[in-house]
Amino acid sequence: MSTRRPSAAEVAALLPLPPANFHILVALAGDELHGYAILQDVALRTGGTVQLGAGTLYRAIHRMLESGLVVESSERPDPALDDERRRYYRITPLGSAVVRAEAARLAALVGLARAKGLAPEGV
Amino acid sequence: MSFYRALLHLYPAFYRAEYGGELVRTFEARSRRAGGGAGRAALWLRELVDLPRSAFLVHLDVLRQDLAFALRALRRSPGFAVTAILVAALGIGANTAVFSLTDQVLLRPLPFPEPERLVQLWEVEENSCCNEVSPPNYRDWKERSHSFTALSAWHSRDANLVGAGQPFRLRGIAVGADLLPLVGVHPLRGRLFSAADERPGAPGTLVIAHGTWQRVFGGDPDVLGRTVRLDDEAYTIIGVLPPDFAFPSPRAEFWAPIRLSEDDGNDRDNNFFKVVGRLAPGVSLAAATTEMEAIGAQLEREYRDTNDQTSVAVQPLHTVNRQSRLLLAALVGASLCVLVIACINLATLLLTRALARRKELAVRAAMGAGRERVTRQLLTEALMLTLLGGGLGIAFAAALGPLLAHLVPNDMPIVARGSLDARLVGFALLVTVFTGIAFGVVPALRASGRRLEGLRERGPLGGARSAMRSLLVTAQVAGCLVLLVACGLLLRALLRVQAVDPGFRGAGVLAVQTPLPPQRYDTTAKRVAFYSRVLAETRALPGVEAAGYVTWLPLEMGGGIRPVEVPGAVVASVAHRPLASLRFVSPGYFDTMGIPLRSGRDVDSGDAFTARKVAVVSEEFVREHFPDGKPLERTFKFAGEDRTIVGVVGEVRVRGLERQSEPQVYLPYGQAVDGDIYYAPHELVLRTSRDPHSQLPAVRTIVRRADAEVPIGAAREVSDVVWNQTASRRTQVWLLGAYAGLALLLAGIGIHGLLSLAVSQRLGELGLRLAIGAGRREILKLALAHGLRVAAVGAGVGLVLAYAAARSLAGALAGVEPGDGITFVIAVGAAVLMTISGTLMPALRVLRVDAARVLMSS
Repeated sequence: MSTRRPSAAEVAALLPLPPANFHILVALAGDELHGYAILQDVALRTGGTVQLGAGTLYRAIHRMLESGLVVESSERPDPALDDERRRYYRITPLGSAVVRAEAARLAALVGLARAKGLAPEGV
Repeated sequence: MSFYRALLHLYPAFYRAEYGGELVRTFEARSRRAGGGAGRAALWLRELVDLPRSAFLVHLDVLRQDLAFALRALRRSPGFAVTAILVAALGIGANTAVFSLTDQVLLRPLPFPEPERLVQLWEVEENSCCNEVSPPNYRDWKERSHSFTALSAWHSRDANLVGAGQPFRLRGIAVGADLLPLVGVHPLRGRLFSAADERPGAPGTLVIAHGTWQRVFGGDPDVLGRTVRLDDEAYTIIGVLPPDFAFPSPRAEFWAPIRLSEDDGNDRDNNFFKVVGRLAPGVSLAAATTEMEAIGAQLEREYRDTNDQTSVAVQPLHTVNRQSRLLLAALVGASLCVLVIACINLATLLLTRALARRKELAVRAAMGAGRERVTRQLLTEALMLTLLGGGLGIAFAAALGPLLAHLVPNDMPIVARGSLDARLVGFALLVTVFTGIAFGVVPALRASGRRLEGLRERGPLGGARSAMRSLLVTAQVAGCLVLLVACGLLLRALLRVQAVDPGFRGAGVLAVQTPLPPQRYDTTAKRVAFYSRVLAETRALPGVEAAGYVTWLPLEMGGGIRPVEVPGAVVASVAHRPLASLRFVSPGYFDTMGIPLRSGRDVDSGDAFTARKVAVVSEEFVREHFPDGKPLERTFKFAGEDRTIVGVVGEVRVRGLERQSEPQVYLPYGQAVDGDIYYAPHELVLRTSRDPHSQLPAVRTIVRRADAEVPIGAAREVSDVVWNQTASRRTQVWLLGAYAGLALLLAGIGIHGLLSLAVSQRLGELGLRLAIGAGRREILKLALAHGLRVAAVGAGVGLVLAYAAARSLAGALAGVEPGDGITFVIAVGAAVLMTISGTLMPALRVLRVDAARVLMSS
């Protein structure tokens, strides 16, 4: 996996992100997590409103692995569970760029709505 | 948990291997957290939706990738792609086209409500089935039977229509008032007949076909209520039928209620009704037959002199004549042969390609794609190729459609269609998927499985594989041979029929129908005046060498048969009376048609009604009745009068080139009785030194001058009438020939492919042989000999199959022996030639093998 800065075109080609992928990348920002931890993180940060299915999660991970948004970092024991080895995933520079671009895209959309008084202030 | 594990099988295996463990652990962790019953139930509910959905999406992802990959791979080898697509297209197209015909003629129910209950009824005389029915017998059947919700009758009733611009000659059907409702048609406009319409003396009413409405009445929206004259009687149009209605055949142009003269209505010997019934609910064909046979037996007892040995037959209305059935069977067989050969070719192509790509595939497999992914990739490629081929095949079938529509028998109550529909496309898809899977999966599995693992193995290939290859070649050779023989036999039959002398010379002879309205031309004298005037003016036309009138043209009309009574001859029974065909002719008819006068004289204008009744007879008539060879001035009784023979002419194939005809008797038209309109001459024939059709405008003018209300019916060159006799045979030979040619080509390609494959697989072995000193010539001989051996086996199997096929075609061979030597020799020759040319190129490759390089690469 190269560490060079991803080009704008590379990033744009992957937009818009499906919501599940967005949530997963946000969860992985700054932390290496295994699948179950990602699900927990997403549920926690959305106050339980987003409950990803395991099938959806791994399909999203599979596709993001193929397009280079995430990488598998290593296999190690799950601290929450006794001695169960889990696969951990890490976000790539491309993944960060894409999730950032997606957030900007969403913010721009919200801005459009807000200008018409269609979105709450300060959100 | 085990249920969850089972659910994971919805995913592709490689995916399951990759993520299965994680999915299970995630699910376990979640269910631990979920706690009690309600939480756990919610979790299960969510997973039960999520998992299958995501599995489906994963499959889609894989498919998308495989398709993209396949497209790239095919773009890299366009030659292979084009060949495979074309082979698939030819196989699928050939089958789809034939299916369209089979579907229309055999499979599809007739386009009427509850068509399986529609039957036709016939009189059976002395076990000879399927004669028309006499009106009084029909009336008795109708009164006495209980098996039918309705029983009705029709007969053809062509007529001159006047009152819509120019006069028209139309093909009409006289029907019982209940016939159209029985069949189940609803009028597009207006109404059908009621019982009142068929009462004697009722005002004439008429229902017209959609085509007639458009062609004759220009689609006039106010056509209902319009009054026209049919053969000089007034009829009011009361209904228009929908465009897809075709009963009894698509040729019907109008329907009118049956009107019978007193005589016709009561004559049990005058069979001209066709009877149609609708079985009552719950009554089987067999039960109806039993009842009708009993009624037939009753009538036999009651009317001994007319109904002797007369019974009844009940048949489904959807009956396909034997000739069409044979043709269909031959075509279906041919198209299946082509499909099998095409499939073998595809399999060979795919296998060859898989082997050629084994390095690439091995790399993919080594990179962790796994056997399943590689198989799936190959399968996707195969299916994509066959689907593309299928699409092209449907286009082929669509192009062939109009040609095949000509093969739909035109005596069936269906409108032939040359267009595609959902059933056809469905069938094509079925064949495509079958082809793709059957002949894509096997090579894919073999190439990805055993073959991949055995990549490193070199040297001679296993016996099983080469046996498989031999089997495939054998099948191709055999399939070709069957088609070649069938086609060759039918071609011989066609040539034989075309060589039959019809007894007249039709080239340069124009025939024009000038049907006279019977009311206005009710006496022989009036008709004679018309004929004489038209003939005199026609003969005066520049370029016209001869002209005459005749009742009907030979070949077009085979009926008009009357019993012959020769003084002194003893006849065993009524059924054994000698018969002859009756035609009224004008002077000049024989000359015009080139029918040779063997002795005596032609009829002439002196043969008036009051003069001595004379006849001109054919040679066969003389042989049958006057074996002493001295017929002139002898008399016989025919058509109600004693006739004296004044001339003998050559024999004519009245009933057709392939049928036995009755001997002919020609009577001078001046001696016809007034009421005998049926036999009144309809056809004007003229021999011309110019293009016959160029005389038509002048003839039209002459007829119009003689009577502006007499229509010009069909105008055609008489040689075309003869040519048309073999039209369906020609189409048949043409089609089978095309299929045989296709099979030959495909099999040649296939054998080439198979042997190329064999050679490339044995390159190592061949190189080794060369290296240790074997002569190239020797190796070439070996390769050729192998090819020929396989061809010989294929030819052997093919000969047996071909003979069986020929035997089943015997009915269509016009007397050509199913085992016809010349045909078989030529067919075997062509098949062997094809095999040799398929073998030659791969064998020649052997000669170019560079032993050193081959050995080095291994």
